[in-house]
Amino acid sequence: MYPELGQFSLILALLLAGLLATVPLVGAISGREQLQAFARPLASGLFVFVAIAFGLLTHAFVTDDFSVAYVANNSNSLLPWYYKFSAVWGGHEGSLLLWILMLTGWTLAVAVFSRRLPTVMIAQVLSVMGMVSVGFLLFILITSNPFDRLLPNVPADGADLNPLLQDFGLIVHPPMLYMGYVGFSVAFAFAIAALINGRLDAAWARWSRPWTTVAWSFLSVGIALGSWWAYYELGWGGWWFWDPVENASLLPWLAGTALVHSLAVTEKRGVFKSWTVLLAIVTFALSLLGTFLVRSGVLTSVHAFASDPTRGAFLLGLLAITIVSSLALYAFRAPVVHTRSRYGALSREIFLLLNNVLLVAAMLLVLVGTLYPLVLDYLGAGRLSIGEPFYNVTFSPLAIAVGFLLGAGIFSRWKRTDGGWLGRKLLWPAAISLVLTCATLVVYGGFSPWAFAGLLSACWVAVATFLDLWDKSASRHGRWHGLKRQSRSYYGMVLGHLGVAITMAGATVVSNYGVERDVRMSPGDTAEIGDLRFTFSEVGQRQGANFVAQYGRFDITRDGRLIATLYPEKRQYRVQRNVMTEAGIDAGLTRDLFVALGERVGDDAWAVRLQYKPLIRWLWLGALFMAVGGALAIADRRYRIKVRSGATAKAARRPGGQDEGVAEAV
Amino acid sequence: MMRRVLMFIPVLLAVALGIVLFAGIGKDPTQLESALIGKPVPVFSLADLQDPDRVHHDDVFQGEVSLLNVWGTWCPSCRDEHDDLVWLARDEGVRIVGLNYKDNRDLALEWLDKLGNPYALSLYDPQGRLGFDLGVYGAPETYVIDADGIVRYRHVGVITPRVWQETLRPVVDQYAKEG
Repeated sequence: MYPELGQFSLILALLLAGLLATVPLVGAISGREQLQAFARPLASGLFVFVAIAFGLLTHAFVTDDFSVAYVANNSNSLLPWYYKFSAVWGGHEGSLLLWILMLTGWTLAVAVFSRRLPTVMIAQVLSVMGMVSVGFLLFILITSNPFDRLLPNVPADGADLNPLLQDFGLIVHPPMLYMGYVGFSVAFAFAIAALINGRLDAAWARWSRPWTTVAWSFLSVGIALGSWWAYYELGWGGWWFWDPVENASLLPWLAGTALVHSLAVTEKRGVFKSWTVLLAIVTFALSLLGTFLVRSGVLTSVHAFASDPTRGAFLLGLLAITIVSSLALYAFRAPVVHTRSRYGALSREIFLLLNNVLLVAAMLLVLVGTLYPLVLDYLGAGRLSIGEPFYNVTFSPLAIAVGFLLGAGIFSRWKRTDGGWLGRKLLWPAAISLVLTCATLVVYGGFSPWAFAGLLSACWVAVATFLDLWDKSASRHGRWHGLKRQSRSYYGMVLGHLGVAITMAGATVVSNYGVERDVRMSPGDTAEIGDLRFTFSEVGQRQGANFVAQYGRFDITRDGRLIATLYPEKRQYRVQRNVMTEAGIDAGLTRDLFVALGERVGDDAWAVRLQYKPLIRWLWLGALFMAVGGALAIADRRYRIKVRSGATAKAARRPGGQDEGVAEAV
Repeated sequence: MMRRVLMFIPVLLAVALGIVLFAGIGKDPTQLESALIGKPVPVFSLADLQDPDRVHHDDVFQGEVSLLNVWGTWCPSCRDEHDDLVWLARDEGVRIVGLNYKDNRDLALEWLDKLGNPYALSLYDPQGRLGFDLGVYGAPETYVIDADGIVRYRHVGVITPRVWQETLRPVVDQYAKEG
């Protein structure tokens, strides 16, 4: 009964989405306000019915209703309750439902938090989001119904959730990631609405900006969680594999990062409009592409859901309609008139433009690397995939270049920056970061060009950010007063940029100075990494809720002093009978110690992987900084000040004496 | 005017990408990855499922084109395809060798008792040794092996009458003729 109700509410949601996609839009085009007014109630209704469906699917999991095929395939009565809950999004159908729940959630959020926007605009934005909902609701109802029943052959028990996914990481990683992916639909909807009514002005940029920032923050956290999960759960100690699905999440992030910056330029200076609107479309298109790659089975990946050609074809059709129509709209409607706002060669505009160029180049690089195997196959040149070496030599230089540009760009001014002044300004950061980098290289003992360049870039970003904060916070009333005077969005930027520096430092150090040893050990044996001594002291067994584990005990000492005791495990899950490696990790801000138990190679000997991972936590810490920065930026006061309707963004003057005259010219 | 034309570049790129992606749909990315295609079945010696004292070797594939079907009672999709396997063996006369993979003997026997046994021969591989040598991703998987014991095709996923008609049967027929 409940599952049928769930399906029924999805159908109702589809009907509401259909209305949302048409009625307010017709109202907006024909200027009938009473039709536009339908947008908000329809958005609420859409969310409510999707939420009901999601709640009923959750109910089926929690009550072990194995007559529902999706539950039978992804759960088991022995599964702990919290995994029963997260198993809702452990497979294709449920995660798609989560995706839709978030899409309608964002739609509702736009309806609720955009009360100050002109009614016409909000009607168009919500309509566009309604169209996206229609597409995905059709997709789930036609090809991937999570409420399909297994009648009359109801299995006695479920096939269990894939043990890889029985983990805290899975509870939080997909929701975060989807919040990011789907969040970009708001920026997309704003862009499409602006293209439709031809009002691609600074006000449009100002409205899209906070939404884009939030989505970007969620995506940052989502990607970091995914990397963290891969690190401890896959059991190899790697943190980024350039797997197609990881790339699929990185693509919209790179485009979204470019978008966040170009929106800033469009809002403050009214330039780059066509470029910004294109980025908004591309960012969401890449989110959709990611969804397609994961669910269509065109690429091999550890993440991929079971491949099903019908689903792939449907999703591609959806993608094609969305992307081709929006890009065609763009081609016809985007302004091509040269903006008559002047800016010099060293202006902040140019720095941000270069930042965009580099980020988009990085995005294209990852895109090419990800799709290259498909293109080759299409051309009949056989199948092959592109591995880490390709990305390491191409992506790293771009990341480092972004860092160098960022550090210099922080001091630049809108319109015009004096070259000599900027050069003198950069002297100190250059000297300080050079010293810091050399000191770090000495600490980790060993020079390599990559380590040097990566660390220099990271230090450069951090030092420049701090120096800028120091300059801006100078005040006659003392430093504290000066610091308090800075806006939240400025602090958001500071945190975001520090996050970049932290992540870059972490990535550089762990890639260049991490140590990894694969050894054969029996209880009683010891192995060494540097001055760390790993002693394999015993083997034992323990019972988990739905698995049996064999664990090893490793005591790690330095100079005879015990630092950590780790218990890496090999788990055998009862239902699916897979064996999972659960690594033992001693986490720390400066280094992780990592022990994974491999195959048993003799009577009592095991293949053991020992790792020393310096600064690995910084990778994820940096992402957290970025996300908190994003949250601070949207908490800025100017988003709460009442905006005069139709205001052509008289940009809020940012404290700190920056020259921010607004030259609006189209 | 020139600038307006430039604005069409993104949409053209998107269409080109769409065509490539469309061509990729339905092609199984795991399909050609088996390094074993064209090579003999890995050497093995595994106990019979029904009779623990009987040991089979890789010569069981000599003399007739066979399907090697990897399955386990823990695998729900195997349950889905089982009835079709029974049909294949009974009505289509296909020789199917079962590889009971990482499973429990009692459960497997109970399963065959209850659902019917489509297998001319059942190998019992609780540790997944042969599965490892074959490069099994997950069950079910089915290999077409010719009369000389050479692996000719690998199918990942469930066998349905449609998969049989469109994919597996042509391969089986081709090698049956050559033999």
